[in-house]
Amino acid sequence: MNVLKGRSVRAWAGFAGAAVLLFAIAPLALSDFRLGLLAKYLCTAMVAVGICLAWGRGGLLTLGQGVFFGLGGYAMAMHLKIADAGPGNLPDFMQLYGTATELPWWWKPFENPAFALAATVLLPMAVAALLGLFIFRRRVKGAYFAILSQALAAALAIWLIGQQATTGGTNGLTDIQGFFGYSLDDPVNQRMVYFVIAAALLLLMAIARQLINSRYGELLVAVRDSEERVRFLGYDPANVKLVAYVVAAGMAGLAGALFVPAVGIISPALIGIVPSIEFVIGAAVGGRASLVGAVLGAIAVAWAKTALSEEFPAAWTYFQGLLFIVALAFLPGGLASLAVLVRRRKAVERKTAVIPVGEAA
Amino acid sequence: MSELEIRGLRVTFDGFTAVDGVDLDVAPGDLRFLIGPNGAGKTTLVDAVTGLVKAEGSAKFGGAELLGRPVHRIARSGIGRTFQTATVFEELTVLQNLDIAAGAGRSRWTMLRRRKDVPEAVAQAMETVGLTDLADSPAGTLAHGQKQWLEIGMLLVQDVKLLLLDEPVAGMSHDERQATGELLQRISEERTVVVIEHDMDFMRSFARSVSVLHAGKVLSEGTVAQVQADPKVQEVYLGHVEDTAVVQEA
Repeated sequence: MNVLKGRSVRAWAGFAGAAVLLFAIAPLALSDFRLGLLAKYLCTAMVAVGICLAWGRGGLLTLGQGVFFGLGGYAMAMHLKIADAGPGNLPDFMQLYGTATELPWWWKPFENPAFALAATVLLPMAVAALLGLFIFRRRVKGAYFAILSQALAAALAIWLIGQQATTGGTNGLTDIQGFFGYSLDDPVNQRMVYFVIAAALLLLMAIARQLINSRYGELLVAVRDSEERVRFLGYDPANVKLVAYVVAAGMAGLAGALFVPAVGIISPALIGIVPSIEFVIGAAVGGRASLVGAVLGAIAVAWAKTALSEEFPAAWTYFQGLLFIVALAFLPGGLASLAVLVRRRKAVERKTAVIPVGEAA
Repeated sequence: MSELEIRGLRVTFDGFTAVDGVDLDVAPGDLRFLIGPNGAGKTTLVDAVTGLVKAEGSAKFGGAELLGRPVHRIARSGIGRTFQTATVFEELTVLQNLDIAAGAGRSRWTMLRRRKDVPEAVAQAMETVGLTDLADSPAGTLAHGQKQWLEIGMLLVQDVKLLLLDEPVAGMSHDERQATGELLQRISEERTVVVIEHDMDFMRSFARSVSVLHAGKVLSEGTVAQVQADPKVQEVYLGHVEDTAVVQEA
C-alpha cells in the first residue's frame, strides 16, 4: 500500500505544481496576447483529458470529438449572442441574413443563462449517450467506430454551414462581446476567462484521475484489452465503454463552451474533421494512456501549430500528419511512455543492486 | 449444487453441423472430461452453453435454460469458462485481474472508488491457485502455466458453480500438469468442473467421468475404464495415430 501512498503524494505535488504554474507563473510571464493563446491551448487540453479516458484507457478511437466540442461551443455562443443583442433584439447575423423577425424556437431556451450553461455539458453527454447506446450495443468497434465518429463530425459541420440564417453558416457565431455581463474587450476580464479555463482543466484532470484509478478504471482497461473476456466475467462491456464515451463528450463540451469567451468565435471550421483529428494528435503524441502526457501533448501540439504555421503555413498540415503517423507507428504510448521506460529501468537497476550476491546465485 | 443438463443440442455453421444432437448430463461435484478427435465439437459445445454461438435444443443449468441468453447473463448465473489460449488482462496485475473477476455485481458507487484492500474471496483464490506472491505482478509477465491458474482463480472469485475449461494443461510442464490436476480435484469438491482435454495421461490421472465426442455426437460415456474398453472409442481413435494412447492402454 506504500506504493499507493507514494503515488498519491506525487499526484498532489503534481497538481500543486501545475496550479502554481497556471495561476501564478503563466500570468506573470506571458503577455495578454500570449496568455489568451494559452487559454485556447488549455481548452484543447481539456478535450485531451476526455480522449485519454476514452481512447487511452478505453480503446475508443474518438475521431469525432469536434461534435461534442461544437455542441458545447455553440450552446455557449448562442447564449452570449442573445445576451449581446439585448432583450427583444435578434443576434446581428440573423438581422443580416435572416428573414425571421423573432428568435427561432430552438434558440429560445438558450436565452436562459442557467439552461445554456447546463446545456454546454449535458447536451454533448446526452448526444453521446444516445450514439453510444446504438454503437456499443451493436458492437461497432475499432476502425469502424473511428470512421463513424469522424463522419458525425463532418455531418454536424455540414449541417451548420447549411443553416446560415440560424447558425451563421460558414462564419459561425462571431464577434462575441460579453461574457455574463463582463466585456471581453477588457484585458482584466480576458484574464478572468483564462483563470476559469485553467481551473476547469485542473478539475477535469482530477475527475479523470479518480476514474482512472477507481475499480471502474481497471475494468475499462480490461475491456480495452479483452472485451470478450470481460463479458465472460458477467459484465456488459457496452455499458463500461458508454460511461467513458459520455464523460469524454461532457469534457469536450465544457472545453468548447470555454473556448468561446477565450477566442470570441465558434464556427464549423473549428469542429469538423480536421480539428477533430487535431484533438487526437495532441493526445497521441503526448501519450494517450497517460493523463499528464495527453494534456502536455495537446498543449504542445496546439502551441507548435501556432508557432510553425506562422512561419510555414503550408507545411504545418503535412508536418501534423507526419507527427500522428510517427507517434502511432513508432511510439504508441507517446512521449509519456519514454518517461515510464526511464522510471522502470531505474527501478530495475535499484532491484538488482539490492539483491545480495548469494541470493542472486 | 446444480446440474448441467443438455438435450438435443445442435450447432450449425453455414450448413456444416459442428454439434449434432448432443445429450449430456453432468452431476454436481463431477470432474468430467470431454475428449474426442479434433473437430469433434468439444469447444463448440462449450461455446454454445456459454452463449458465444447460437444453438438449437436445450441446455439447462440448475433448471434454468441457458440458450438464447446473452453471454454476460449466462456468466452471472454461475457459469465460467476459460479459453484454449489463456486470456488474462496482460496490463493489469494479478490482483487487479482477480478483483475485476470478483466484481460483476458491484454497485456503481463501489466501482467509482479505488480498491482499498484485498477482498476476502480474492485473497482466498490467490492462495488456492498459488499466486499470492505474484499479486502485484502484471499478468503479462506470468509464465504460461501461471496464466492458466490465474484464469482458474478468476473463475473461483467469480464464484461460478460450473467451470468449463478448454485445454487447461496445454503447453504445461509435467509438474505444472500435476499441480493443475490436483487443483481441479480440490475445486470439484465444491463445484462442477468440465474439462476439454487432449492429454490422455492427464485425463486418466484425474477424470472422475469421461464423455467421448465424435463428429458432433456423444460416442461413449462412463468412467475412464469403461470408456477405454468401449470398442466404438477404440475404432475412432485408431483412425488418429497421434491419439492411440487410449487404445494402447486398454
